[in-house]
Amino acid sequence: MSEKPSVLVIGGGIAGIQASLDLAGRGFQVYLLEETPSIGGRMAQLDKTFPTMDCSICILAPKMIECYRHPNIKLLTYSELKEVTGTTGNFKVKILRKARCVDETKCTGCAVCAEHCPVEVPNEFDMELGMRKAIYMPMPQAVPRAMTVDKENCIECGLCTKVCKAGAVDLKQQPQDIELNVGSIIIATGFDQFNPVSIKEYGYKSYPNVLTALEFERWVCASGPVGGHLLRPADGRRPKRIAFIQCVGSRSLLKGGSPFCSSVCCMYATKEALIIREHEPDVEVYIFYNELRAFGKGFQEFVNRARDEWGVKYIRSRPGEIREDSKTKSLTLWYDDTLTREIKTLSNVDLVVLCPALVPRQGNRQLAEIMKIELDDCGFFKAKHPLFAPVDTTMPGIFVCGYCQSPKDIPDSVAQASAAAARAAEALALVQVGGAQ
Amino acid sequence: MEKIEPSTEEKPRIGVFICQCGINIGGIVKVPEVVKYAQTLPHVVYAEDNIYTCSAEGIASIKEAIKEKNLNRVVVASCTPRTHEPLFRNACQDAGLNPYLFTFANIREHCSWVHMHEPEKATEKAKDIVRMAAARASFLNPQEEAEVQVDPSALVIGGGISGITAANCLANQGFKVFLVEKEKELGGMLRNIYKFYPTDEEVSHILEPMINSVKSHKNIETLTSTTVKNVEGYIGNFVVTIAKEGEKEENKFKVGTIIVATGAVEFEPIDKYGYGKYDRVLTQVQLERILQGGRQALGKFVKPKTVAMIQCVGAREEKAPRAYCSRICCMVAVKNAMQIKEWYPDANVYIIYQDLQTYGKDYEEHHRKAKDAGIKFINYTRERPAEVTQDTGKKLNLKVYHALLGEETQLDCDLVVLSTPLIQHQEGKDLSKILKVPIGPDEFFLEAHVKLRPVDFATDGIYVCGTAHGPKDVGESIAQAYAVASRAAGPMANRKVRTEAITAFVNRDLCVGCRMCEKLCPFGAHKIEEGKSTVIEAICKGCGICAAACLRRAITMRHFTDDQILAEIKTAFLSESSVGGL
Repeated sequence: MSEKPSVLVIGGGIAGIQASLDLAGRGFQVYLLEETPSIGGRMAQLDKTFPTMDCSICILAPKMIECYRHPNIKLLTYSELKEVTGTTGNFKVKILRKARCVDETKCTGCAVCAEHCPVEVPNEFDMELGMRKAIYMPMPQAVPRAMTVDKENCIECGLCTKVCKAGAVDLKQQPQDIELNVGSIIIATGFDQFNPVSIKEYGYKSYPNVLTALEFERWVCASGPVGGHLLRPADGRRPKRIAFIQCVGSRSLLKGGSPFCSSVCCMYATKEALIIREHEPDVEVYIFYNELRAFGKGFQEFVNRARDEWGVKYIRSRPGEIREDSKTKSLTLWYDDTLTREIKTLSNVDLVVLCPALVPRQGNRQLAEIMKIELDDCGFFKAKHPLFAPVDTTMPGIFVCGYCQSPKDIPDSVAQASAAAARAAEALALVQVGGAQ
Repeated sequence: MEKIEPSTEEKPRIGVFICQCGINIGGIVKVPEVVKYAQTLPHVVYAEDNIYTCSAEGIASIKEAIKEKNLNRVVVASCTPRTHEPLFRNACQDAGLNPYLFTFANIREHCSWVHMHEPEKATEKAKDIVRMAAARASFLNPQEEAEVQVDPSALVIGGGISGITAANCLANQGFKVFLVEKEKELGGMLRNIYKFYPTDEEVSHILEPMINSVKSHKNIETLTSTTVKNVEGYIGNFVVTIAKEGEKEENKFKVGTIIVATGAVEFEPIDKYGYGKYDRVLTQVQLERILQGGRQALGKFVKPKTVAMIQCVGAREEKAPRAYCSRICCMVAVKNAMQIKEWYPDANVYIIYQDLQTYGKDYEEHHRKAKDAGIKFINYTRERPAEVTQDTGKKLNLKVYHALLGEETQLDCDLVVLSTPLIQHQEGKDLSKILKVPIGPDEFFLEAHVKLRPVDFATDGIYVCGTAHGPKDVGESIAQAYAVASRAAGPMANRKVRTEAITAFVNRDLCVGCRMCEKLCPFGAHKIEEGKSTVIEAICKGCGICAAACLRRAITMRHFTDDQILAEIKTAFLSESSVGGL
């Protein structure tokens, strides 16, 4: 063991950030690995958070910057895990730092290069609703604040190199192999959103006024593709009526669906409904739900407020079909009202927000193979015991936290992140004690 | 003793950084106009705008300007100090400026967000706010944060599964732990529970070894039949007074951190659905205690041909404190229904629910298994709850409107089980006063920030986990228990913390020792010594209650002196034309 115990944290979302800050704060050396150009994760994409209605990036950004400036945290963004060998107290880790083609230490993030870059591609951070250049920063609050060249789309015209006053762009930059020795590993890879295009009856991707929830978060966010104005994607007109549909692809035993409940959708739909009413108080908002799950602290109270004070209409039903008026692009929802047992329609809907299953990341399988740990049937990292060892994986010394362990919201992810930090510290303390015997 | 006076040693050289916050501010307030205006203010030698002052670029710009323009005061006009003050203070510190020579002007929450339909007026108001902040800045003094030693020991209050887990984790890391439990035995609520869901393991098989490992741990001192009587002091140096049941003598010891793991109790549904009147109307915990005795014990109590479980009894009410969903009751009902069905396969078991909270990964599967096992689910609405009456033959007659079928259902039950919420207990409420930590409208302990600080209290060095924080299952309680172990281990591992610089300061020449401050201070920071008040700076949170109440004006708040505040107020009422001549 080196004098300073060290931990590799995989995933730079809120869970990975919290685990890193806890460990760094008590003197551990932390390597925070993130596959995209910036830390921040899913929480950075959200407009607001429930039930406090805090601006999401506003409460997250200080923590991102704290990671950046912490002397005990080394950020490894735009990087991939390649190999892990060894045991608790002595893992050998190989990491590939992809070529950002920009020197992080020189780049000031002024983005002049992006102004000159002639290549435009959809911005992943904005759920591809907006565009970015081939040299880009995914979001204004990116950490590190450095540009990245997307080599797949770059045409190597060299304009960025020419206009960069800091001399930071280096299109010839090569990927770099890094080897680390760490005592413990924490996994916090978060989630992906199920793509509801396979649920044909909802017309996602064929009807422009049907969005997913994460798309809506970007759509309505001030830093998003339309500057936070509440508009119909089809024609930019002001919507009058918006509907949310819960459990799209979740709680489903159908092929391609997910059997589990994503735990957060009832609440974020309620939050997004409130955001709509804040933007445009006269827009009608409907939430079609199966079972309203408001089980966290202050959640039921939040739903009560949305229903009683903000006039959000909750309808217990799963709409069977959405149809589009090909001229107006407005939508009609067909649903079976389970409380009145009638087939009903809701027409003149300007925007439908689908709340799809939030699913384990595709890359989990590869990570699990690299670390020789198990996934569960759904593709989440398997806890050693769901109750008594919730943040232990099936391999000693490797821990897990946040949504990638099982569906959960931000506070539960933050708590688990601290928990994983505690378990990593405990494991290293016990190794030291064992070694001294 | 420090004297607080306007800084006269050097002429203020103020830099003003105005954030557009994307379009949050810049979309409404004409930021370049405010920058120009700021440049005209007294002592302001530099002003600029940033798209995001909080970005790495914005921070770099502040640092650069401090050095290049020789700034000795910094104003950032942007969002809220609640999230961003540490960041900007650190930027000042990095550039060699005392971080307390920084001040905030909130032109987002206080301006652009609330005046988004009046951009002209918002721009004028932003100027006013910036002018006030600059006036305050010229009166700022450097402040120092003290360092406090932290004793590497923890008090864990509550010996349930959360307390046991937190104690064990800290002890394994070499910290000394005092584990205090009011009952004779460790184990808490789980002592009443038969099996865990979703794993179907018997509680006693798992709990006993955990309790034994805590009892035999060399770093853990287990104190049962013991309650916490008093806590004084502050992070790193709490002095705890405990009393053992039946013993007159109280004991005192010192710890560095405190973990609240006092759990919760089941709500007793007096007068609801015949509870207390009919002996076969039970709560879930009462049922669990019978189940602990096995099939025979249940059979002895009642031959369960028809059993109904009613959810949300006393929960999800219209008003606080029990407006909340208790999170675990649906799964508890599913678990116990399955147990009865396992022992009595012919029994009809009904769960009468509003919204079934089988959230997450495993519980949905459990819900499906219950349906497959033949458990029947009846949906009711809050407007039409069930009614329970007992006939002479001791059958419990249950009537409920089945909302999904749209018809009234009648059941002749042998047993009715009420799923009631977990609630805070009196000891928890008392403890909140002893520790001076808050409880929320639901009466559970209230954390520092619902989103990002789920297990910290606002008071440094005190943490909360498990059902003391709100209803949660065993896995969630254990995750939180490990989380508090991490949070508490931080300062203990470092052996020290830095404390607030913004504290109260007593001018002993003016103090007459009236003790008003001592009585009012919510943190116990004032102590009367030799007839005069003194402030224990490590406890003081800088709330200012004492300073406002002191009749002799003997108390000054560091960083919020009368001079600083009056400068802001006076300049607020200046007309624009007279500002230049301030």
